[in-house]
Parts: sequence; structure tokens; C-alpha cells
Amino acid sequence: MNKAWKGRAVAVATGGSAFATIGAVVWILATIGIGGWQNLTWEFLTQSPKQGMTEGGIFPAIVGTFLLVLLMSIAGVPIGTVTAIYLNEYVGRQSKVGRGIRFAVNTLSGIPAIVFGLFGLGFFIQFVGGGIDRIANHGQLVWGQPNILWASLTMAFLTLPVMIVSVEEAMKNVPGELREASLALGATRLETIWKIVLPQSASGILTGAILAISRGAGEVAPILFTGAAYFLPDLPDGLTSQFMHLGYHIYIMSTQSPDVDATRPIQFATTFVLLALTFTLNFLAVLLRWHMRRRAIR
Amino acid sequence: MTEDIKIRAKDLNLHYGQKQALRDIDLDIERNRVTALIGPSGCGKSTFLRCLNRMNDLIESASIKGRVEVDGMDIYGSDIDPVLLRRKVGMIFQKSNPFPKSIYENIAYGPRIHGIKDKRALDEIVERSLRGAALWDEVKDELTKSGMALSGGQQQRLCIARAIAVDPEVLLMDEPASALDPIATAKIEELIWQLKETYTIVIVTHSMHQASRVSDTTAFFYMGEMVEMGPTQKIFTSPSQKRTEDYITGRFG
Amino acid sequence: MKKRIRIGEFLVEKSIAAISFASLACIVLIFVFVFREAAPIVDSLLAPRPTSASTPTTDSVPGVGASESYGDPGPSESYGDPGPSESYGDDSSSRTGTDTASTGSAPLAPRSAPPPPPAARAPGAGVGLDNLAGTQWQPVGDHPKFGILPLAAGSLKVALLAILIAAPMGILSALFTSTFAPRWAKETMKPVIELLAGIPSVVIGFLALVSMASLLQDIFGLEYRLNALLGGIAMALAVIPIIYTLSEDALAAVPKSYVEGSLALGATRWETNLKVVLPAAIPGIFASVLLGVGRAFGETMIVLMATGNAALLSWNAVEPVRTISASIGAEMAEVVFGETHYTVLFLLGALLFAFSFLLNAVTELFVRDRLMKKFGGAT
Repeated sequence: MNKAWKGRAVAVATGGSAFATIGAVVWILATIGIGGWQNLTWEFLTQSPKQGMTEGGIFPAIVGTFLLVLLMSIAGVPIGTVTAIYLNEYVGRQSKVGRGIRFAVNTLSGIPAIVFGLFGLGFFIQFVGGGIDRIANHGQLVWGQPNILWASLTMAFLTLPVMIVSVEEAMKNVPGELREASLALGATRLETIWKIVLPQSASGILTGAILAISRGAGEVAPILFTGAAYFLPDLPDGLTSQFMHLGYHIYIMSTQSPDVDATRPIQFATTFVLLALTFTLNFLAVLLRWHMRRRAIR
Repeated sequence: MTEDIKIRAKDLNLHYGQKQALRDIDLDIERNRVTALIGPSGCGKSTFLRCLNRMNDLIESASIKGRVEVDGMDIYGSDIDPVLLRRKVGMIFQKSNPFPKSIYENIAYGPRIHGIKDKRALDEIVERSLRGAALWDEVKDELTKSGMALSGGQQQRLCIARAIAVDPEVLLMDEPASALDPIATAKIEELIWQLKETYTIVIVTHSMHQASRVSDTTAFFYMGEMVEMGPTQKIFTSPSQKRTEDYITGRFG
Repeated sequence: MKKRIRIGEFLVEKSIAAISFASLACIVLIFVFVFREAAPIVDSLLAPRPTSASTPTTDSVPGVGASESYGDPGPSESYGDPGPSESYGDDSSSRTGTDTASTGSAPLAPRSAPPPPPAARAPGAGVGLDNLAGTQWQPVGDHPKFGILPLAAGSLKVALLAILIAAPMGILSALFTSTFAPRWAKETMKPVIELLAGIPSVVIGFLALVSMASLLQDIFGLEYRLNALLGGIAMALAVIPIIYTLSEDALAAVPKSYVEGSLALGATRWETNLKVVLPAAIPGIFASVLLGVGRAFGETMIVLMATGNAALLSWNAVEPVRTISASIGAEMAEVVFGETHYTVLFLLGALLFAFSFLLNAVTELFVRDRLMKKFGGAT
């Protein structure tokens, strides 16, 4: 008798938690969905902010976010793919080098985003940028400032673990027999990687890139002081420009704009756009991963 | 007489870490003959086969001592390129492993790697190889079909075609028909009989019947040692070693 | 068959190896450069006190431009405090019940030297240990106070509240979907819960600020709209998916033979799940909680938007707090390169880095160790 009740209690506790969590998810989506959808217009997406941010659109923020993740991917996808190749194809299981790099990747994924911001500031902006200025511009401040280049490089390192894990997963799915067949025909290891392993891992590379982009579009802490700005009259026109960003926009607008209530609709709409963006990307990645797993089972 | 010996193994020893897998192997493989390696599972016959094209190099814990000579040259010498060796000594695996590409691309893969780019030359090689593997008539109209869409037996013949496309001199076959049905197996065995006119063939098989059907010479491996080697008929009718006789009569294995 | 030297390939392979060290290099660089910018503090702590007490007149700092960009810490203070609570806890410091040493240490702290010109580093910019260990964080003004304690306490408070909510929720939910729920339920519920992981923290922070805050205040009749509890609840939303996913993996990895063995002895399904499956998954579950703690401790946007950003030091869960990460996030953009405030912020960053590094190392060692023991090395 007691047991049955206990069993029921456990089921209720666990089920209750699960449903409560799902409830929270639904509530979040509904609140943003309802609050944001009403203010979403075509003009909103294609115009610049006007009237002290109380009217107009968020076009520059969309562009800024897009440019940021684009630059980030240009740096991050190759580095991540190459690292995954090295870890999976060249390094042995017992190797110290392999363990060291894996430990580094693991640690990287646990470092708070704000520390990456400090990294961007201390290394990229002060050291590299400042160094370039000292050498090439006679100390005049050109590169040693927050800009979209340093911000995207910072983000590239932030999302590196995601990239590496995704590509490695895809490579592990390539059967060893294919590599053996290629080598037995007189191909070198590099040729085998280039012609057999990489093409088979393409979906993993794509998945990793998409997940990295999703993270890059939503993460705000690292760009707080490495390049994001709240209002810029022009779109970024070079690597030394600052940029507007959807997430940053939401943050500043909801905490610091002079008329928080008047801009509330815009805050919701911007949040809606950001959420829609990250969800679409994540959904794509999940689809890709599912497709990849299905192929591997064959 | 030495021109008849294509491959010679001398004092070959192999360790996986601490475990010794091959012990003092001395073995000659004759050119243009089929040599079968038989023995119970785990006796080292596949390991030995993989020494002949240095595929064991890929295994971290493997360490090799001794000589393996192909055409008189020690393939473990420091001036030998394993990549070029594998072009000369090809391998067909137990489980067929076509690339997830078209039939044409599977076969053209090897020649392309080795520098042949001209489309017509590749076309010719593809046809020649498929004919040599007795597969041409079955697939000649579907060369763009995926190699993985073929039946098991056809896939294995595709792998054979792929191997001969790079123009090797030796074919190493590791239990090539063990995953196939009797009809497909028969086709493969007949193919081997034809191929030996052009290539030197070494085949590992766990089926004694297959060895007696297909090979000219047979070597019996047991626990990492090469126990006895001789003309196939002699080995199967009057072996000189007791262990050989026990295996052949089914007392173990 | 003679050996061929493939220069191209050789170079490519060497480059592959070199590039792969990027992640290792990154960790090292983060370590080096964050600690480098924080180093002057350490110097000043270790350096002997200036023999002549610095002239008392240097309180008013020669107007070195941006270093005075804040002006006085009045209500015009910009960052992250949309609520009624004062940003640096100036007024409310009198309310802190616990720590009475707030202003007592001031006379003993060495005066800050006048800030150097922006380009130069602050040589031994005086920040005494008692200042850093003090209970006031007030980096702006005539007598800047860099007490780390309230910030660290703030981070701990929020993280603790978050874990107290997220750990049970995450673990129980994982238990439900992986052991109790039928297959079809699991297939639908799991992705929905994992959706939470895809929500950017700025969005969660936004919702906390805009919707949850008022809700909470109305339900509980709170004095402060933005406080540590709100931050904890919002943070829990961000941490639950981490704990959920990893706990789910751990539970799913328990060998079926354990389950079958238990059922064969006559145990019910739920008894088996609770007494056999759950304990077997403890290492993985524990690791997930540790990861969640790490995330909660270092997360920035949620706390920036939901906790009120007042550096108060108290046990009260419904008072505003200011966390380490929020301070860095809010203040770094306006700080002058090289000045004391800048250095202290980097010191905070260094602390965060050290904390997460250690946590990661412990998780790795601990999980590997326990897993090894339990499953005999079959990781």
C-alpha cells in the first residue's frame, strides 16, 4: 500500500518538474511571441532607429549581428575543423598532445563569456591592436580600439569548442574501413582526409557552424566592451568600425534608454527577432544532425 | 629461382604492445600463384597479411622486427615509401568497403590519386578494371549508380576492380568471401582463378574447402607461427606436421 | 618504391598541427593577458606602503577626462539599474545588517595615487588589501572602494539560489523523461526542454526584467523589484537545460542489465529507477550540477538585467545584489585603460577565470575518477 503511494509521489514529483519546465519554456515563447509579433512590421526590419530609438526599426542591428557572425565563422570554422581533423585523424588515443588539446577545448567551453570579453580587450585590442598601431600607425589609435574585427575574433574563440565537437562527431561517424580502403590503394593520409573523410563530414561541419552562429548571435557579454554600440549613424564599413547588435540592443534599450516604457514595444519586437533567428538556426542544426545520424546507421 | 619468389618474409616478428602476434615467420610467396593462409581464428594470418603492405603501420601499438622483401627489396627499409608500396601491393578486405561514391568514381579514385587526370584514360581504366573483376556486363549501363547500392557480392567485386585499377602486382585478400552467399562466393573464387594469370595472390581464408579449391600453395598458421607450408594438395592429403593434420581433420579450429 | 618527399603534404600536416594548438594557445593567452592587466594590483599589494602619507589634497583628481566620466554616483548613473535601488549601494550600505566594518577600514587604506595619464600603466596604484577585502564596492568618486566581498557574495547568492531551483528541477525532469515517461512522451518532451538551452541569456534577462519582476513583486509583496531571488529564478531557467541534458545522458547510460536485474528480483519500476538507476548515474549528474554552478556563477547578462546591481552584502534573498560578472560587464566600457578601476576589474576577471578553471578541472578529475571506479574504466 505504502509502496503504491510512494510510487505515485515519485511520479508526480518527477513529472511535475518536467511539466513545470516545459511550462516555463512555453511561457517564455508565448510572452515574447505575443509581445513581439504585434510590433513586427516590414519597416521594422528594414529601417534604422528614429526619434531617439522610440520609432523606426532595427535594420542596423540585424546587419551588425549578421556581419559579426560572418566574420566569426570565417575565422572559427577553419580553425575548428582543422583542430577536429588533427584530434581525430592524427593524434593517438594515448597521446599527451591530444589529451592536452582536449583539456583545453573542454576548459574553453566552461569559461564565462565575460572573461572572453576581457580576453578580447586585453589581448586583441590592447596587445595586438595596440601593437599594430605602435608599429604601423606611429601610436595613433586605429586598431587598438573596440571594433567588429576584434569582437568577431573573440566570438570565434568562444564558439570554438562547439565547432570542434560537432566536426569530430561527424568524423567519428566515418567508418574506419573507408579510410583503410583509401590507404590500401596508395593514398596518403592527407589525401584520404581530403577526399574521403572531409566530404563525409560536411554535414557535421555545417552543423557546427550553425550552432556556433546561433551562439554568436545571442551572446552579448563578450561584445559589451569589444565593439558593440547602441546607436551608430552608419552601417559598419570596415573592420575598424563598431557595430550594432540585436542582443546588445535589447540589453541597453531595456535598461538604459531614457524612455523605457515608450521603447518597450521595440524591445519586445527585437527580442522576437533575435529569438526567431536563434531558434531557426538551432532547428536547422538539429535537422542536420538527425539526417547525419540516420545516414551513419546505414 | 629467385625470380619466381615475389615476396619473401624472413624472421618476421610482430608485437602488439607486450603481446607477440607473429613469431619467426619465414615464408616465400611465388609469383603468379595463389597462396592461401589458413589457421584457426587469432592465429596471426590476417596480421601477417597486413604486414605485406604495411597496413600494420596504422596500428599504434604494433612493432615489427625482421624482413619482408618484395622483388628483393626490404619494404621495411628506411628508404621505402609505404604509399608507393601499397600501389604495388593491393588489398581486398573481409567486409567490402566501397566508397560512398558512384561505381565510376570508386574505381577512378586510385588512378586519380596517382596522377591520371585525362577523362578518356580514366574511362578506359574503369572499363578494363570492371572487366577484370567480371563486373562490367552487370553494371556497364549504371556507372553513375552509387557503389553502395550493389549487392554484397557485387560490392566485393567492385572492391576488386578498384584494387586492380591502380595496376598492382600483388593482391592481398583477407577472407574476401566470408560475408557472401555461396553463389557470390563461387563467382569470387572463379575470379581469383582468372586473376592469378596477371597478379600474385595471397588469400587468407578460414574455409579449408575454399583454400583447397582456389590455391596452389597453402601455409598453415597456428598461434603466431607458420607451422607448415607446401603445395595445397599435399597439405590437405598428407601434411607432415601433426598440428596441421589436427586442424585439417577438424580436431580444433 | 623509393621514398618520395612530399613537401606540400609535409607543410600542410605541420600547419594542421600548429593550428590545432589554437585552443591551447587561447587558454594560455586568456590566462596571460587577463592576469597581466590585473597584475598592477598584485604589485601594489605586495609593494611597501608609501612612506610619506600621500597628500590629503589629492582627493579631487585633476580632471583627467574619461576617468571622471561617471560624475557622482547619483541617480544619473547609467548602468543596469532601472529600478529604484541605488546602483552602488551608497545609501543602503547603512542597511546591511551583518557587516559592521564597512567604513572602519577607510582611514587605514592608503590613498589612491592620482590617476596616471591614460596611456601609462598605473604603477602601484594604491589599492590596499583592506580595500579589496572590504565590504564596499564603490569604484567611483573621491575615495574609490574596491571591496570584492559584496560582489563575490552577490555571485554566490545568485548561483546558490539558481542551483537550489535548477538542480531538483533538472534532475527530476531528467528522471521523468528517461525512466518514467513512455517513449512517445520522451520524444516530445525532451526537445522542448532542450529548447531552453537555445534561448540567449539576454532574452531570459529581458523577460525577467520586464515580466517576471512585476509578477514576483506582486505575489510576494517585495520591497525591491529587482533582486537576487529574481536573478536566481531567471538564472535557473538558463541552468536547467545544462543539468537536464547531462543528467539525462547519465541516466540513459546506465546499463540495461542493472534495470533487468532489479526487476527480476521483484522491484517495481519506480523502485528500480530510484534505487538502482539514479545512484548509478550519480557521477554524471553531479558533474552536470557542477557545470551548472559554473555557468550560474559566471553568467553576466541575466544578472545585469535582473538583480538590481546594488553591491549589498546581506543574507536577504530579496534584496538587490551586484555580481562579479555584472560589475565587469557594466563598468569596463567606461573605464580608462590603466587606471586602478580598470585593473581591479581585470582582477575580478582573473578570479572568475581561476574559479571556472578549477571547477572544470575538478569536474573532469572527479567524474573520470568515479566513473572509472564504478564502470571499471569503460569510459
